[in-house]
Amino acid sequence: MDRMNWIQLAYLVAALGFAFSLKWMSQASTARRGVLAGEIGFGIAIVATLFWPDIDGEGYLLIAVALLIGSAIGVPLGLLVPMTAMPQRIALSHAFGGLAAGLIGVAHFYLERSHYSKFDLLVIGIEITLGMLVFTGSLMAAGKLQEWLPQRPIVYPGQNAVNFAVLGAALALVIYTMADPDVNWTIPVVVGLGLAFGIFLIIPIGGADMPTVIALLNSYAGLSAAALGFVLDSKLLIVAGALDGASGLILSIIMCRAMNRSFTNVLFGAFGATDATAGGDGAEQGTYRTAMVDEAADLMKIAGSVVIVPGYGMAVAQAQHKVRELADALEKQGVDVKFAIHPVAGRMPGHMNVLLAEANVPYDQLLDMDEINSDFAQTDVVLVLGANDVVNPAARHDTSSPIYGMPILNVDQAQTIFVVKRSMRAGFAGIENELFFNEKTSMVFGDAKSVVTELTNEVAGQRDAISL
Amino acid sequence: MSSTDIIITNLFIFSLAAFVGFEVIRRIPKLLHTPLMALTNALSAIALVISIVILGQGHSTYAQVLGFIAVVASSINVVGGFIITDRMLKMFKPRERKPVATEDGAA
Repeated sequence: MDRMNWIQLAYLVAALGFAFSLKWMSQASTARRGVLAGEIGFGIAIVATLFWPDIDGEGYLLIAVALLIGSAIGVPLGLLVPMTAMPQRIALSHAFGGLAAGLIGVAHFYLERSHYSKFDLLVIGIEITLGMLVFTGSLMAAGKLQEWLPQRPIVYPGQNAVNFAVLGAALALVIYTMADPDVNWTIPVVVGLGLAFGIFLIIPIGGADMPTVIALLNSYAGLSAAALGFVLDSKLLIVAGALDGASGLILSIIMCRAMNRSFTNVLFGAFGATDATAGGDGAEQGTYRTAMVDEAADLMKIAGSVVIVPGYGMAVAQAQHKVRELADALEKQGVDVKFAIHPVAGRMPGHMNVLLAEANVPYDQLLDMDEINSDFAQTDVVLVLGANDVVNPAARHDTSSPIYGMPILNVDQAQTIFVVKRSMRAGFAGIENELFFNEKTSMVFGDAKSVVTELTNEVAGQRDAISL
Repeated sequence: MSSTDIIITNLFIFSLAAFVGFEVIRRIPKLLHTPLMALTNALSAIALVISIVILGQGHSTYAQVLGFIAVVASSINVVGGFIITDRMLKMFKPRERKPVATEDGAA
């Protein structure tokens, strides 16, 4: 066997490591083993690559320097980023991934195009476009999540026409390159069009759609790696890219379903554009009642079961640790406490689970929408913390509502509902929430963190008084 | 093998890997979706191996420049992605079924 065969065998082992890595991710108890399998696979792939023919001394030096710089940035980025900023962090690394894949496509094209087939030329063109659009698209998403860019969807007439024109121009240049591979100017223009398309793609997308967008960019990043694998005849890239592409695709489908968005809308990046106008001036505003913190605490304390519904408002107030303390205090009173997690709570798939895990809430206390929705009718008290659209009953029956059809948590079926909110202002999607005007609902106004702290003191304090 | 054979072989591999990916990832609970994204993010940086080859072989200055940027960018993803996935997973703990009252029962 020659050296390349050994390298390919090592790549096979690496690919198996990746497959096991994902398999072990399917349970919280084995997930860390999954990370280890991925790391070992990756380590094997890198070491094997260092034996590639034609790498000289200067090459090894440059590789070492580049790996060191990358690690010097990657380690702090991995260790220091707070969990609330995880969506931006993931989006940023999609950007790095897209940039790397795109640039390698360009480099390989100019080095090897004389050996390319027509198919290779087509695929490398698509690969470069994908990599570049993932780069700028992910930077835009990260900017929106970090609130450096406006979160509202920005729409203008003829938006889709412009987008298709940019994409069409890129494709036309790729086809032109297929006809004449020796032409030098087309690929840099394709790079530019890909970069522009990434920006145009994310501009019309609002902040509420970010979970879907991030998952979709994840998928595109995987597809660009797989495309590179086709051109380079690298089975390892094809396998890893296919796994990543499948993962992103599944997650974006799940996010779409959770928001009742059509998947074709997402594929064409036209989602988020429809919502901005609807809602707002809800005519049947009605009256609402308010409750003081001690009233809420008294009721929760004597309840048999309490369900807490956390939303992004809780995360923004950094209240997740206080929420855990409240849950503990209630459990000491013999109250059964559960957390209800809507799939799109937070800013990326599963984000709320991570935030609550950070506050040491046991994961078996966190229940998905599907698991908990039938329990609300038997629940005594629900505490809604900074969640809004995901508990709005209008989604079930108001056909004029922009969130009509979106699956929601059936909070309104509980006996008593407390909603912690700063004011009566409408939430993220700008829609009036009829839950707030339900006769079983009381509004507790205030910052999520201070309200929860007071609730905890009331619940815990009262217990001491009784035991004395 | 002719180039058509190679394309067909690779299409086989892509389709089967995508199928395995769908079947495995479909079973991952929503609880773990954020760690999953961080992990696949690290795995998708596999373009690192090609970046290393292009940088190491140094066929031209501009290929070296592009390769260098690509190695830096992908290694940020690999290193950061694995660290952050593990950091998140460390936080996921099952409920400890300890007797609740004993902790400050003496008060």
